[in-house]
Amino acid sequence: MLAKRIIPCLDVKDGTTVKGVQFINFRDAGDPVELGKQYSLMGADELVYLDITASHEGRRTFTDLVRRIAAEVSIPFTVGGGIHELADVERLLAAGADKVSVNSSALRRPDLITEIAERFGRQECVCAIDARLEDDGQWRCYLNGGRIPTDRFLFEWAHEAQERGAGEILFTSMNHDGSKQGFANEALARLSDELTIPIIASGGAGFREHFLDVFTKGHADAALAASVFHFGEIPIPALKHYLADNGINVRL
Amino acid sequence: MRVAIIKYNAGNIYSVYCACRRLGCDAVITDDPATIREADRVIFPGVGEAKAAMEYLNQKGLADLIRSLTQPVLGICIGMQLLCSHSEEGDVDCLGIFDVPVIRFRPSSKDFKVPQMGWNTIERFLQDEGNTNSLFVNLHEGDYVYYVHSYHVPLCAYTIAQTDYDGFYSAALHKGNFWATQFHPEKSGSVGEQILRNFLS
Repeated sequence: MLAKRIIPCLDVKDGTTVKGVQFINFRDAGDPVELGKQYSLMGADELVYLDITASHEGRRTFTDLVRRIAAEVSIPFTVGGGIHELADVERLLAAGADKVSVNSSALRRPDLITEIAERFGRQECVCAIDARLEDDGQWRCYLNGGRIPTDRFLFEWAHEAQERGAGEILFTSMNHDGSKQGFANEALARLSDELTIPIIASGGAGFREHFLDVFTKGHADAALAASVFHFGEIPIPALKHYLADNGINVRL
Repeated sequence: MRVAIIKYNAGNIYSVYCACRRLGCDAVITDDPATIREADRVIFPGVGEAKAAMEYLNQKGLADLIRSLTQPVLGICIGMQLLCSHSEEGDVDCLGIFDVPVIRFRPSSKDFKVPQMGWNTIERFLQDEGNTNSLFVNLHEGDYVYYVHSYHVPLCAYTIAQTDYDGFYSAALHKGNFWATQFHPEKSGSVGEQILRNFLS
């Protein structure tokens, strides 16, 4: 049976991990490669590396980093951030990334998803969506890490992304992100039930119960989190045993 | 041990190279016929689309070369599918090493997403005169491996392991000097490493 996936997300700037990481010794805490290896040993099912560097020079650093991750980490990893055109995708996949995640650039130019799917296959393209549940009850999509509202809405955009060839949807609820109050299970369940491609849930993980809920109530195929893993608040091995004890099929 | 990784218009080839290097093998990514013929082992990897891949292989003369190989060959993911007779993806004739067609997942319920993406278990290793197929020595039924695919090979005479996703399909195939896995050993952690080690030993 296909296992539900647990995915740590690492923000990378100028080749080093941004958020503090407390579960390994200080010397290696900023090294994305060492962190990836540690997470892999702990039982993470995949990794996501987000490049939050803006500069051109930084992008080259990130590509070198992707090459080093591919050389040393033996589980799949997705890279995102700074992907604007097919050439960026080509560069990152050639460096050994398994999938690319597109967000703002796909909202600005949806053809990018079509192009990636046609050139590299739909399984290579993750469409990341940052959306906020507004007062009018609509889930509005945002650009640039949640800073700029758009006139697109979550469910419509997710359907379009699927039709265009996205292989997965990575949905971050801006209302839940950072709250540690649990994932946006209602919206996630609707996404998962309406779409035929896998859904990765993001935003809101605080306790292990939230992961159980996101799989049972949110019908998610995978759950992504950052700080609860980086700060050692929820150790991945303990989380997976807890999920298995509660009837969720995970890889132990 | 010299390993030739066949270079063609498919993705994820560098990861296979990295996995071979981690196991201490002298691996090269190449489309040079002489280098491929002389290698001790050949890996035919990839993520991609069947029709475009077959067109490329035919154009470059790689299709006939692969059919004629006599050393152990391992097809991975789309590489495995291309070793079969025909793929529903793009309705294209493939290399025909394994006389079995590749078909799309047609889920019986919305619980089964396509592509299948993630870790699933391998089971029912074929026992050959009491011995587990050499590809699965030191592995256990129920071990998890990483899959990314929308098309699959049904169970057939060449199946040496199976996986359940809305029904059983071929996780791995074997015939003569050709082995193939639908999953990605190069992305399957320590389990995948053991499978590659088995193939490369």
